Amino acid sequence: MGKTLAEKIWAEHIVRQVDGEPDLLYIDLHLIHEVTSPQAFDGLRLTNRKVRRADLTIATEDHNVPTLNIDKPIADPVSKLQVDTLRANCKEFGIRIHSLGDKDQGVVHVVGPQLGITQPGMTIVCGDSHTSTHGAFGALAFGIGTSEVEHVLATQTLPLQRPKTMAINIEGSLKPGVTSKDIILAVIAKIGTGGGQGYVIEYRGSAIRALSMESRMTVCNMSIEAGARAGLIAPDQTTFDYIKGKPHAPEDFDAAVKYWSTLFTDKDAQFDVEVSLDANQLEPFVTWGTNPGQGLPLSGKVPNPAEITDTEARTAAERALVYMGLEAGTPLKSIAIDTVFLGSCTNGRIEDLRAAAEILKGKKIASTLRMLVVPGSARVRLEAEAEGLDKTFLEAGAEWRNAGCSMCLGMNPDQLAVGERSASTSNRNFEGRQGKGGRTHLVSPLVAAATALRGTLSSPADL
Amino acid sequence: MDKFIQHTGTGVPLRRSNVDTDQIIPAVYLKRVTRSGFEDGLFAAWRNDPEFVLNQEAFKKGTILVAGADFGTGSSREHAVWALQNYGFKVIISSRFADIFRGNSLKGGLLTVILEIDEVEALWAAIESDPNTPITVDLESRTVKHSGKSLPFVIDDYTRWRLMEGLDDIGLTMKQTDSIDGFEKNRSSLKPKTLPVKS
Repeated sequence: MGKTLAEKIWAEHIVRQVDGEPDLLYIDLHLIHEVTSPQAFDGLRLTNRKVRRADLTIATEDHNVPTLNIDKPIADPVSKLQVDTLRANCKEFGIRIHSLGDKDQGVVHVVGPQLGITQPGMTIVCGDSHTSTHGAFGALAFGIGTSEVEHVLATQTLPLQRPKTMAINIEGSLKPGVTSKDIILAVIAKIGTGGGQGYVIEYRGSAIRALSMESRMTVCNMSIEAGARAGLIAPDQTTFDYIKGKPHAPEDFDAAVKYWSTLFTDKDAQFDVEVSLDANQLEPFVTWGTNPGQGLPLSGKVPNPAEITDTEARTAAERALVYMGLEAGTPLKSIAIDTVFLGSCTNGRIEDLRAAAEILKGKKIASTLRMLVVPGSARVRLEAEAEGLDKTFLEAGAEWRNAGCSMCLGMNPDQLAVGERSASTSNRNFEGRQGKGGRTHLVSPLVAAATALRGTLSSPADL
Repeated sequence: MDKFIQHTGTGVPLRRSNVDTDQIIPAVYLKRVTRSGFEDGLFAAWRNDPEFVLNQEAFKKGTILVAGADFGTGSSREHAVWALQNYGFKVIISSRFADIFRGNSLKGGLLTVILEIDEVEALWAAIESDPNTPITVDLESRTVKHSGKSLPFVIDDYTRWRLMEGLDDIGLTMKQTDSIDGFEKNRSSLKPKTLPVKS
């Protein structure tokens, strides 16, 4: 029997395999950032261990950093200490770091691909659950905890239980105004936040093949929101073209492409589970609740918990409506928004900014809201400025910021106030995720831009 | 890491599903560079509510958290495990855990036990009717014992052995350095390196 893509990559990285023990897997690339690494470096020092492969490790600063006044010292002393600690650790252990002010600083999952250091067939880890983003290149990429960060630093390997495999087949073509963000939100609503638990997802089908590299990253990015530690897409010409010319593209590019072209799921391979979705039927999607599975087409209404039969889902929906301050039956498009956030590892790449700018061009955002545009990396920011996108955003009345995780998580100065409601292109609508008491609706960049113009949740078709 | 063989304590019923790691410890509490002191951030937003289970006197001494399905979803932050441990929890019971959280907990010696949903419901009922109900979690026999019942749970042999011996995962892997050296010798030269810096 043939192998799935995930099984092929897994097999190629087994350092040691013994019955009754987890496989010991080699890690090709380890990305680190300030929040989940300090305790790992401390652990190395305590045990007098070294970093085994600094040349397969790269660091940047993203979660904690401000997106304004980046030429000044970080104002929050605790954040500053964490960033300073990362810098000191990288210096001590000889690890490459892209710090604030550097053109390759930015959200860790934007930085890897833009450097061309994320490539097909690799195993990639980072102390961040959205590491699944890199799966878009046909890599096996997943988030790890700090103990595992320490493990990889010390040994460049991880002991892991082999995951099960799930295929999500998406055939058809997307209607105008529907994006890869809507695909993944629909997937999560379908299989639930625990549906992918224990699986590696492979996204397949004509709708996936038709996506650009950056759109594929959006899909893989939110695999974790469906409970799957990793999600991947088989590499193809789109992938190869994206990597070509990037700083770390292989010198022998043809040889690399020859290898990458072997990375697909064999015809006779079997997935443990298969799920299908019809791309033709998809609409712009939005979440109404406090977990990413609580989403609906934007044309819908806030659901009535009383109509939900499953007890747990009903209780969760009741709690979510209270937290979100929403009434059952309210049309989603009538919900007024206070803040629009365009950015994050989900939707902070150049294509996302271009798509939103096209809608905003020559128009003004609603006077009732603010809009933050946060490029995923300093390089994306420079690229956008070269294209004049910054002017489009500023002229529309939006704020143009520096790169970082920003309002995706309430860890830096960019936060929602209590009760404030956002339309956000990020990945999590958990209670308090964007700031204590803040209320989040997850949307695509197109819906974010249309919402900014109208003041209520809207799709470009409503303009 | 301390050995985990058996723990007897009382339970704390957390009747919520999809408890994500942002709820277990919000991001603003992640700025420390140590592994200790995270108990203040545990369920920080919910602890403002006097009715919240951790604020109820009857459950203050509990060491076994019994939660709804899909506990620990979301962010990979191991700080969630540290916060639970720093607060005093030794065991978390749920019908389903998120993968990364479960991995983190078992690395760090916080035992995560999976029971069927109806068994979780029964345990909630038992704790709520008598918060002093003793619960014994026995890793050796892989059972949870309470109210005269003995409920088996599944955990793989390797993880169980490692927890019972209190072994450091990294130390175990370091014994395989020859295998890692051998793997690296045959590793493809096509794979990218982060050094030297190219831009």
